[in-house]
Amino acid sequence: MVRTGMILLGVGLSLMAGCSDSWNNPYPGSGARASVLYSAFSERPKHLDPARSYSSNEVEFTGQIYEPPLQYHFLKRPYTLIPLTAETVPKPRYVDAAGNALPDDAPSPLIAESVYEIRIRSGVRYQPHPAFARDGAGRYRYHAPSATGSAAKRRISDFEHTGTRELVAEDYVYQIKRLASPRLSSPIFGLMSEHIVGLKALGDTLEKAAAANPGAALNLNDFALEGAEVVDRYTYRIRIKGKYPQFVYWLAMPFFAPVPWEAEVFYAQPGMADNNLTLDWQPVGTGPYYLVENNPNRRMVLKRNPHFHGENYPGDGNDDDRKAGLLADAGKTLPLVDEAVFSLEKETIPYWSKFLQGYYDSSGISSDSFDQAVRFSASGEPQLTDEMADKGIGLVTAAQASLWYVGFNMLDPLVGGLGEDRQKLRQALSIAFDYDEFISIFLNGRGIPAQGPIPPGLFGHVDGVAGLNPYVYEARDGRIQRRSIETAKRLLAEAGYPNGRKAKTGEPLVLYFDTMASGPDAKSRLDWMKKQLDKLNVQLVVRGTDYNRFQDKIRKGNAQLFEWGWNADYPDPENFLFLLYGPHKKVASGGENAANYDNPEFNRLFERMKDMDNGPERQQVIDTMLEIVRRDAPWIFAYYPKSFGLRHGWVHNVKPNLMANNTLKYRRIDPALREARRKEWNKPVLWPIALLAGGLIAVIAPAVIAWRRHERKTA
Amino acid sequence: MLAYILRRLLYAIPILIGVNLLTFTLFFVVNTPDDMARLQLGVKHVTPEAIGRWKAEHGYDKPLLLNAEAKGAAQFTDTIFFKHSAAMFAFEFGKGDDGRDIASEIHARMGPSLAIALPVFVIGLMVNITFALLMVFFRSTYLDIWGVVLCVVLMSISGLFYIIAGQYFIAKLWNLLPISGFAGGIDGLRFVLLPVLVSVVAGLGSGARWYRTIFLEEIGKDYVRTARAKGLSEIRVLFRHVLKNGMIPILTGAVVVLPLLFMGSLITESFFGIPGLGSYTIDAIQAQDFAVVRAMVFLGSFLYIVGLILTDISYSWVDPRVRLQ
Repeated sequence: MVRTGMILLGVGLSLMAGCSDSWNNPYPGSGARASVLYSAFSERPKHLDPARSYSSNEVEFTGQIYEPPLQYHFLKRPYTLIPLTAETVPKPRYVDAAGNALPDDAPSPLIAESVYEIRIRSGVRYQPHPAFARDGAGRYRYHAPSATGSAAKRRISDFEHTGTRELVAEDYVYQIKRLASPRLSSPIFGLMSEHIVGLKALGDTLEKAAAANPGAALNLNDFALEGAEVVDRYTYRIRIKGKYPQFVYWLAMPFFAPVPWEAEVFYAQPGMADNNLTLDWQPVGTGPYYLVENNPNRRMVLKRNPHFHGENYPGDGNDDDRKAGLLADAGKTLPLVDEAVFSLEKETIPYWSKFLQGYYDSSGISSDSFDQAVRFSASGEPQLTDEMADKGIGLVTAAQASLWYVGFNMLDPLVGGLGEDRQKLRQALSIAFDYDEFISIFLNGRGIPAQGPIPPGLFGHVDGVAGLNPYVYEARDGRIQRRSIETAKRLLAEAGYPNGRKAKTGEPLVLYFDTMASGPDAKSRLDWMKKQLDKLNVQLVVRGTDYNRFQDKIRKGNAQLFEWGWNADYPDPENFLFLLYGPHKKVASGGENAANYDNPEFNRLFERMKDMDNGPERQQVIDTMLEIVRRDAPWIFAYYPKSFGLRHGWVHNVKPNLMANNTLKYRRIDPALREARRKEWNKPVLWPIALLAGGLIAVIAPAVIAWRRHERKTA
Repeated sequence: MLAYILRRLLYAIPILIGVNLLTFTLFFVVNTPDDMARLQLGVKHVTPEAIGRWKAEHGYDKPLLLNAEAKGAAQFTDTIFFKHSAAMFAFEFGKGDDGRDIASEIHARMGPSLAIALPVFVIGLMVNITFALLMVFFRSTYLDIWGVVLCVVLMSISGLFYIIAGQYFIAKLWNLLPISGFAGGIDGLRFVLLPVLVSVVAGLGSGARWYRTIFLEEIGKDYVRTARAKGLSEIRVLFRHVLKNGMIPILTGAVVVLPLLFMGSLITESFFGIPGLGSYTIDAIQAQDFAVVRAMVFLGSFLYIVGLILTDISYSWVDPRVRLQ
């Protein structure tokens, strides 16, 4: 029996050894030297339809497959829009209510509509897809259910024929109509219907049409959209209500990418949806990659689109880019990687281990592995540990275009309101919450103490001492220092709470903090928050709740203090300052102003600022707005998160771009180096097997001897 | 026996309706359809109109259990409960909130779940029984005592520790197997080995100790003494007589879980990247996807009932004295 086991073990080991050079290689049968990028996703995407996908884990895929008319320059900072399928970045033409043209500098109130005319490049073609396949007579092969046999098809690859066609302006208009479809529930329909002429009306019409024929597909070509029209084969026009300069940023998001009508007809056939063959799961785009394997339970594979129109790696970077090797591929045809394999990896431990083994090309850094990967120099600069540096791993850091804050409900009778005493109360609390310490303890230094609502990298943010929040910080020896707790105590006393007690009644000041955080990690954070207010002798009561109840409290204005955050949709200060705009109050209008802050002066300046072009005048307005909001302190500006990422030495052209979502095409891999490193790092260690076998023999042998002795014993 | 099985299957219908109603009530006590819509639509730019559209699209724009505005039977049938539950009795689970067909998902995930659960069950049972019989064979010796101590130690360690330790030593330090992942066909063997090994070791302590207790009880009985008196070897006594008579309690625990093997294991699948059913339910709860939660609870209840019926049948097979009427 032991002999049989040893033989089986030997066969098994030989089998494993035969499979690949590294026994622990999780990519069986993969071409070791192929130009393939290996990455992971921790949460399966819910939607890959460009009208619906909004989460970062979704645009990671849709960004490579779909092509909106514009994109962000890969290297330039501040973030700069450049054409993608468009010939140029469109400039709006303004007209008044009578339809007369207005000059570019016309006052906003006179502008009735902004007209964007977008001309796309000719010769752009879609990925290979059966929706475009035609027979010899020019008829679509798979647009009739009888021809499709769709019930038997489980994958797109099950269709024998594929085809392609040229991208036309009509496809962009078609997609804008899709934003209004009640069957799609596009997350930006509400927002866009406020801006695009006729989109709301189209939504109502489509809703009625869908209700009249519940099971039938909606043919959007039968419905007109007033604010989006085809001018010619390669040109389309979008009409925007009033002036909305930020609209051009939306043209760089997959929401405005083209969708061919053939794809919708193809997927609408009976039996397709039952096999998960829908546009929501099987995208059809013109981008550098297309999805060849879509198993969100295991892995997603993107492959180079053979019909990709071609684009060259940018050469107009700065000296820092040149030093970092980011211009080595200037002028080369994109994409530089043939395939990208994304594996589902829910847990951080296996993800991290596989990265260290070389099976993932890049990785984030979880709190568990932070100390193993990063250390801080004497000057506070993050550096790689020797272990990481020896492996040739590179560290990539970037301040995110995001903000975390603690909001005060401005409708609350205790902490809300614009009176001077309330301002001082909130300022005192802002000083007491030492977010410099928080970043050090809980974020491993991965954050920047926030001085206002606008994160670094966006117009309006001022770095250094010139941009400090004077109500919470002060400049000492040329450095930004948090104001002393004595200052906070003085402000608290001036607000009517000397030593944390109400001056009139002597009762202690008790504040309530609503949070949806739970678990051991959250407890230590919440304890830290209580400790901050202990410094002022103010009691903080934490009211933990689930996500739904928390949202409900915020919507109804039942919270007092709460923690919230915002990720930028686009690199414009309007996208952060609108969170404090009075008419967007959460309670009154259901808007994004969760603190329900409403300062008429701030509102007036916001309305002016949002329509201005970047320049000194706009900066001046923003500075005034920042002064107002810092003084009123409706938020405790907590921190701007910093992302820390690691990449192996064989991965090239990595520059954090927090706005662009189509950066995969710029990546370059050195597969030979990767293969050499994998072999070096993953040599199987065999002595444990020998030890195990020896151990088993050592355990079994005495048992066998004892058994034999027992059997020989006389009764 | 056929009549007995049919009767038990008919009993299952009210049980399944009850389970369904309980799941429905518990789910909607915690979540409202508005909450579900908000979670699906995201945090940004969500308007009441968008929530209304989402609810209408997914059939959550009706009353929960009773439609007071409807007349006749429609008061009960034109509700979220009825619309989302009735079809399940025909095993039509519909679509999840992400638009994917639930039956297709279950079909696709069942294989990977079984690829882990079945070997763990079979190998685990064999190893546990063998180890238990060995301890019984060496009862009241140091081998037995140390075996029990080992079992208690193994039982006392968290299951998560085995996973992390297994991944660390076998996959990371010694580079013998992939740390996580899955593949179909023969390639899948390399991915299955580590989770199976870890799961078998993690279950050894409790399993072997329980079976040891069962076998010790049997070994003191008269028929064992008679078998020995007839001159049978101890191995023969243990494997032919003690094991067979100890099967009823073993079957009670083993057969009932047999159908549930389809449901997979949450932690193991999650850590080893196995695309099985184990994490499907918990993902759905986190995503507040009622359609999937309801389908998985229904399936779990149904399989459990099947397991109980199989247990009863296996009793009569193992012990001829047991008759199903």
